[in-house]
Amino acid sequence: MSLWLRRLAPLAVVVVVAAGCVSTNSSSGDDSDLHGKTVNVIGTWGGDEQTAFLKMVEPWEKQTGAKVKYTGTRDINTVLTTGVASGVLPDLAGLPGPGQLAEYAKAGKLKPLDNVLDIKTYQSETAPALAQLGKSDGKVYGVFIKAAVKGLIWYNTKVHDYGANPPKTWTDLMSQASANQGAAKDVWCLGVESGASSGWPGTDWIEDLVLRTAGPQVYTNWYEGKVKWTDPAIKKAFQMYVTDVVGKSYGGGKNAVATNFGNAGDPMFANPPGCELLHQASFITTFSQFKSHTAGTDYNFFPFPDIDPQYAGAVEGAGDLFGMFHDTPAAKSLMKYLVTADAQDIWVKIGGALSANEDAIDYPDEVSKQSAAILAHAKSFVFDASDSMPTAMNDAFWSAMVALTNGSKTVDQVLSDLDRAQKDAYTS
Amino acid sequence: MDTRLVTAIEVVVGVPVVLIGYIWASERLVALLNARWRRVIRPWLWLAPALAFLGFFLIYPTVLTAIRSLQSKDSLNPKFVGLANYKWFFTNGDALGALFNNVLWLVFFTGFTVGMGLLVAVLVDRVRFEAWAKSIIFLPLAISMVAAGVIWKFMYDYRPAGSAQTGTLNALIGNVGLGPIGWLQSPGFRLSTFAIIAIMVWMWTGFAMVIISAALKGIDAELLEAARMDGASEWQVFRRITLPLLGPTLTVVSTTMIITSLKTFDIVYTLTNGNYNTDVVANLMIKEMFTFGDFGRASAVAVILLLAILPIMGFNIRKFRSQESMS
Repeated sequence: MSLWLRRLAPLAVVVVVAAGCVSTNSSSGDDSDLHGKTVNVIGTWGGDEQTAFLKMVEPWEKQTGAKVKYTGTRDINTVLTTGVASGVLPDLAGLPGPGQLAEYAKAGKLKPLDNVLDIKTYQSETAPALAQLGKSDGKVYGVFIKAAVKGLIWYNTKVHDYGANPPKTWTDLMSQASANQGAAKDVWCLGVESGASSGWPGTDWIEDLVLRTAGPQVYTNWYEGKVKWTDPAIKKAFQMYVTDVVGKSYGGGKNAVATNFGNAGDPMFANPPGCELLHQASFITTFSQFKSHTAGTDYNFFPFPDIDPQYAGAVEGAGDLFGMFHDTPAAKSLMKYLVTADAQDIWVKIGGALSANEDAIDYPDEVSKQSAAILAHAKSFVFDASDSMPTAMNDAFWSAMVALTNGSKTVDQVLSDLDRAQKDAYTS
Repeated sequence: MDTRLVTAIEVVVGVPVVLIGYIWASERLVALLNARWRRVIRPWLWLAPALAFLGFFLIYPTVLTAIRSLQSKDSLNPKFVGLANYKWFFTNGDALGALFNNVLWLVFFTGFTVGMGLLVAVLVDRVRFEAWAKSIIFLPLAISMVAAGVIWKFMYDYRPAGSAQTGTLNALIGNVGLGPIGWLQSPGFRLSTFAIIAIMVWMWTGFAMVIISAALKGIDAELLEAARMDGASEWQVFRRITLPLLGPTLTVVSTTMIITSLKTFDIVYTLTNGNYNTDVVANLMIKEMFTFGDFGRASAVAVILLLAILPIMGFNIRKFRSQESMS
């Protein structure tokens, strides 16, 4: 061995030992004092939504001296699946839906929040339907940081103002829409492209149609895997989607699969307008053309009309469900803060979000106030069905909607595909 | 001090130190032995760290994957299910479709990259702007797959007939009264798969070209000159002399391309995520594992992919060896 190596080796050992000492020194501190602590948060928000969330946690950071380290991902499923397997998990994380919440709670990965939140205030302030969705085995495991009402139908008031006489039934909607089309080429604006989750806007369509033609009970059985896809009740919704929606959409299904959901409403504001109506959740107001137009004057919405009168008043919603994987003092404190009306009001005021907290009322305009009212006063409230299905089923549903909208598969073909996927996805 | 900085220092300094320490210690050990034992032991001591790494990071996971592929989905409490995961792969329409797409990739991606790489290498071999031409063709390889996906999304963009076409390709064919075509949304004849293969050909032709071109420079000019003196036409020179001499290089480039085509994942993931009949085996594996959490099936797909690549790897190594023994 050469001489320089012999000299170098002990020196390097000293450096490593010294470095090790430095790293052990830094871990000390008091449990109750949150100053300098960090809470790792993972969610699906990017862009404007991320900014809004960071604004929302700012007062908490100032008050406690702790920091929120937020990471946004479009692939939360991947992050959590690998995280649960490897044990590397964030402190707080967005959960894809109640199905995953129950799964992680059963596996003992999620920490119960009953002793973290001010549970009495939480229960009195929160919309009951949403509070229920955060529970598993009688314990609270998840809270909604924000919520959305799905199945609103948006229109350009300049083309036709439905404000005075919103369609009450599906037939009414179809006849009014064709009568009031004006210069618009087609009835529906449609866009189902959304990167790796392409197809979800189509699943929202099917869900709204199933909910209103077959009712909440069938709807629940359906996402729980107890009703087959080829069942006439489900098939009917798919057929309606193909004839009444895709068949009357701007540019046809080919265009819909190539159009991102955020830009789907753009032809509505074009001159001459390409389409008249857009079916989308309440959060669409922060996307593309909706952002540059004024809610209430340039555009507005009416709720999804009833189809079968016996199921009138059912509403589908979704939201960002959050759970806690590590019960550090800082994470607990942040969780407690996030559900308060004060915190919720910050995001609500920025726009694009509804709050599960009924005391958060700082909505920026009439349009969001109305959608919040729909959320609070729904006769029966159901969660997004596809988000409640097992991930493999959800993914197959998305792909099926892409193939169906594109016209590359028929209703019967996708339904038998989905039946096969169902058999596979619910047995584990 | 930031803990990340500490970790960085520990790694940068610590890893060489441990290795040097190991060598020093093993040399001390060897020095104690007699000459005959030294010759036997020393190579193994020097090889041991590399073998340990290989064993820990390659062999161990491979064996574990093979075992996992025989187990059920549940990762907390996996049960032995025999060959069920493999049976699923070979009876599921989507999985077989993905496998078929990989075959298309293998044939067309390899064929076009090697073919066009050879063509360009030969054509620009004796022109003045050779360096420029080669640099430009090589350039796309420097782009990441995801970025290439984004660029080509604009190229393939689709707007309904009658409105302004913002996609370059549809605007082009619109000028001659054709289209618009949903390049990335057409499952029929697997058009979208070919559209994605075209992107990868655009990226990888440069790679094939550079290697073939280097081999081309290595051919003795006197040999070609002699052939021409004997009255061989340019085509005959290419067909009878250049091509056979390029043979080993072409094989190596082709096998590399075949392996690349079997591993295709990111470009498909970013552009279609397997919709429109474009799914490939690697994307299927990612989906089964990370999206559905089915580690059993994902492992089975991984093993199938490995078994498909192994013979090609073996062939490649044999080629390398015979080339080395020639020189």
